[in-house]
Amino acid sequence: MPEQRQTIAALSHLLGAGEVSSRELVQASLDRIEEQDKELNAFITVTAEQALAAADAADLARANGTAGPLAGVPMAHKDIFCTAGVKTTCGSRMLENFVSPYDATVVERLADAGMVSVGKTNMDEFAMGSSSETSYFGAVKNPWDTARSPGGSSGGSAAAVAAGLVPMATGTDTGGSVRQPAALSGVTGFKPTYGRVSRYGIVAFASSLDQAGILALSAEDAALVTQVIAGFDERDSTCSPAEVPDYAAELDAPLKGKTIGIPKEYFDAGLDSACGDAVHAALEVFKQQGAKLRDVSLPNLSLAVPTYYVVCPAEASSNLSRYDGMRFGHRSEDAGDIESLFKNSRTEGFGDEVKRRIMTGTYVLSAGYYDAYYLQAQKVRQLISDDMQRCFDEVDIIAGPTTPTPAFKIGEKIDDPVQMYLNDIYTVSVNLAGLPGISIPCGSVNGLPAGLQLIGPHFAEARVLNFAHRYQMETDWHKQVAGGGQG
Amino acid sequence: MEWETVIGLEIHCQLATKSKLFGGASTAYGAEPNTQACLVTLAYPGVLPVLNGEVVTMAARFGLAIDATVAPRSIFARKNYFYPDLPKGYQISQFELPIVHDGHITLMLDDGSEKCVGITRAHLEEDAGKSLHENMEGKTGIDLNRAGTPLLEIVSEPELSSAREAVNYMRRIHQLVRYLGISDGNMQEGSFRCDANISVRPKGQQELGTRTELKNLNSFRFVEKAIDFEIERQVEVLEDGGEVVQETRLYDAERDETRAMRGKEEANDYRYFPDPDLLPVELDEGFITGVREAMPELPRAKAERFTADYGLKQADIDLLTASRDTADYFEAVAASVEDKRLAANWVAGELGAALNRDGLDITASKVSAASLAGLLNRIHDNTISGKIAKEVFAAMWDEGGEADAIIESRGLEQITDSGELEATVDQVIADNPEQVEQYRAGKEKVLGFLVGQVMKATQGKANPAKVNEILRAKLGS
Repeated sequence: MPEQRQTIAALSHLLGAGEVSSRELVQASLDRIEEQDKELNAFITVTAEQALAAADAADLARANGTAGPLAGVPMAHKDIFCTAGVKTTCGSRMLENFVSPYDATVVERLADAGMVSVGKTNMDEFAMGSSSETSYFGAVKNPWDTARSPGGSSGGSAAAVAAGLVPMATGTDTGGSVRQPAALSGVTGFKPTYGRVSRYGIVAFASSLDQAGILALSAEDAALVTQVIAGFDERDSTCSPAEVPDYAAELDAPLKGKTIGIPKEYFDAGLDSACGDAVHAALEVFKQQGAKLRDVSLPNLSLAVPTYYVVCPAEASSNLSRYDGMRFGHRSEDAGDIESLFKNSRTEGFGDEVKRRIMTGTYVLSAGYYDAYYLQAQKVRQLISDDMQRCFDEVDIIAGPTTPTPAFKIGEKIDDPVQMYLNDIYTVSVNLAGLPGISIPCGSVNGLPAGLQLIGPHFAEARVLNFAHRYQMETDWHKQVAGGGQG
Repeated sequence: MEWETVIGLEIHCQLATKSKLFGGASTAYGAEPNTQACLVTLAYPGVLPVLNGEVVTMAARFGLAIDATVAPRSIFARKNYFYPDLPKGYQISQFELPIVHDGHITLMLDDGSEKCVGITRAHLEEDAGKSLHENMEGKTGIDLNRAGTPLLEIVSEPELSSAREAVNYMRRIHQLVRYLGISDGNMQEGSFRCDANISVRPKGQQELGTRTELKNLNSFRFVEKAIDFEIERQVEVLEDGGEVVQETRLYDAERDETRAMRGKEEANDYRYFPDPDLLPVELDEGFITGVREAMPELPRAKAERFTADYGLKQADIDLLTASRDTADYFEAVAASVEDKRLAANWVAGELGAALNRDGLDITASKVSAASLAGLLNRIHDNTISGKIAKEVFAAMWDEGGEADAIIESRGLEQITDSGELEATVDQVIADNPEQVEQYRAGKEKVLGFLVGQVMKATQGKANPAKVNEILRAKLGS
């Protein structure tokens, strides 16, 4: 039985050497889920039978010499990725019993690479939330302190990886939903450039911001998985046709002479001082490797959250119109005519945060308010994007904290949406600009993980992963395990 | 008071693509309900629209044909509203930046004058599904086969001033889209339909009156009747001292009247915004040039060429250029017939009547252009008369076969042999002494009667010109 929390890279090596079978790995993963997930609630659906069958297929492929490096490694999908034949709930009563007839591109590509999905992870309803508390299937617990949230919306994926239930889980990042839970749960969370990974088969939340991402144990693992899922897909018009480079090839590149931009706005009064200290300490590590630090400015950062909370609900209000009880999803029993069928199905099927965003989004797109909100937000979005582009004229990468605080208590912010939204202050601008970003563990604050965020220019995934990997070669924060010790 | 009418039309023209605007399902008409609804049509969670590139070329072609600007950059937007036949809860359309704008088309009016009508814009959008009420046991069914079918919505300026003019405009657009090969224009199947915006105002007033919108008019006849009814209704309201209410109305063909739609069906704030799932459509000069070079000859140019090349009458030109297929057929006949007017007369006349009678499209004509040319050449070289030719044509139509074979097997060849004709003429002169007398006394008209007698005696096979000649010679002496 392998130890808990081994990286994909390590497992791939063991599988390749014949020291362990995929069946053993997958069974171990299923056992750990069985043992720990009653408390964590990281999974909505566990697909033991399919997983073991896929593991056997991977073992056979290994034996036949036809397996790729990732074949047989267990993993999980955020329950926002459509999976043929397996429920895709998106954390909502609306889709409680929805079974997709097709696989998302990300699901398809990882399955083709032989990775074995053991199930679907819990999440904020329709990915709307920063705490994984808005799920219809109950809140996810943070393995570091089960009274706390693992962050969100990909909180189930983050918790599952942090607790060693799976070495990797997919996530989606619309305003920080991969990076923020990675920071709060002490794992590596990578969001590629908007358009780098196909959105086909991801239940849409805010189309111009949604991007598939990865929660893993290291930047190296993130690189291995990105290699598989990135690249053109004709089924998504916004997916880039740009060539996918070899991410592993650049992982080790030295950082000597590289410049890191430190936005002063990321270190203002809102930042917990211990989190700030952890980030400063991390920057010293880069300095020791010969990188230079330079102060930069993102003057419109304070506008990022308000802008995000106009653009994202606007798109969401329209994207979620298809849930009308007509063709799939929840359909109210209590409906006498078409009007009440629509109304009651949606009233019963959606939770409070989803309704809040649909209402906000409907409002900002309404006649008479469109210019003042939606159009204005688009202009500010451009300014925020321009600010970041300008930084990259001077520096190779931007670094700062991922979140203003470490993991907060479950229930602490759920009744104060604005406080909850402000948790995304350092992450949303990256989505508004469509840039690649990563969060890696960089310290401990009162026994809870702190996250360092690295942001690169468009399609500079290799550079972001390179910086993160070099940091992880020098430090072991990413190896820290909840409950103490290293895994 | 004298009233003036202002009409603008929004024509919805289904583009003749094989698959839908943003998904792979077929657009073929008449399939079992919901058998042509792919995951994109059904708006399943996670699916995304991918633009069918063919429609861009089609829209650009239309834009060039109406001398419009084909936008170098146009944007798809979402029009949000809930309806059971609208699976996404929004329709993908174009709002602020349409693919075609600022064009015009020229109409020929009844008095022979021309009128240029502005076309504000033409934009791409997807059609909705259909609600089914028949055989549903009191329930409503939804058929999504049509949902997502590509439409070009063509919006005119409010520059049409009567129902007749509106129909004239609609016919021109109908002719044009079929010439361009971008739509089958089938009105029964709903591939070509329109909404009409109508208002009236006192003659001479600048300001427009309050308009109403008539929805879903799907035949030329209904457009004319509905608009006429609506004009009369509005004038009546105003003359009674009332006010026209701005509303959407439906035309009831059975009762020949329009009536207001229920309020909630139109009280929508559509919350248009650019669709983030789709990139802007960007067209460069090279693309436009390519479309321009591949343009077919348009009705107006064809009509001008027919006048110049064939010396035809306006009425014939209108008939022959009504559709590209008719024009192509005529040109195929004309290419092998020396007498172009004869060709025009036959295509517009005898052939047109036969097609009409059997309800056939010219592409399904039972007599091919080559066969018709074969027949016309026999008229031209005097093998048969025009009258006999009609008989031959009828045989060709009903039984098939070529003109020459029918003429031969039925012995219809014209008698041009002078010896044979002279004998008949002599007999006719002998049998009609009275008429011969009258002719000789100067009554020229009687000659016609005598020619007729000869024709009768030869069962129409005599060459009338020859008979004329012989008669004159014999009587004139």
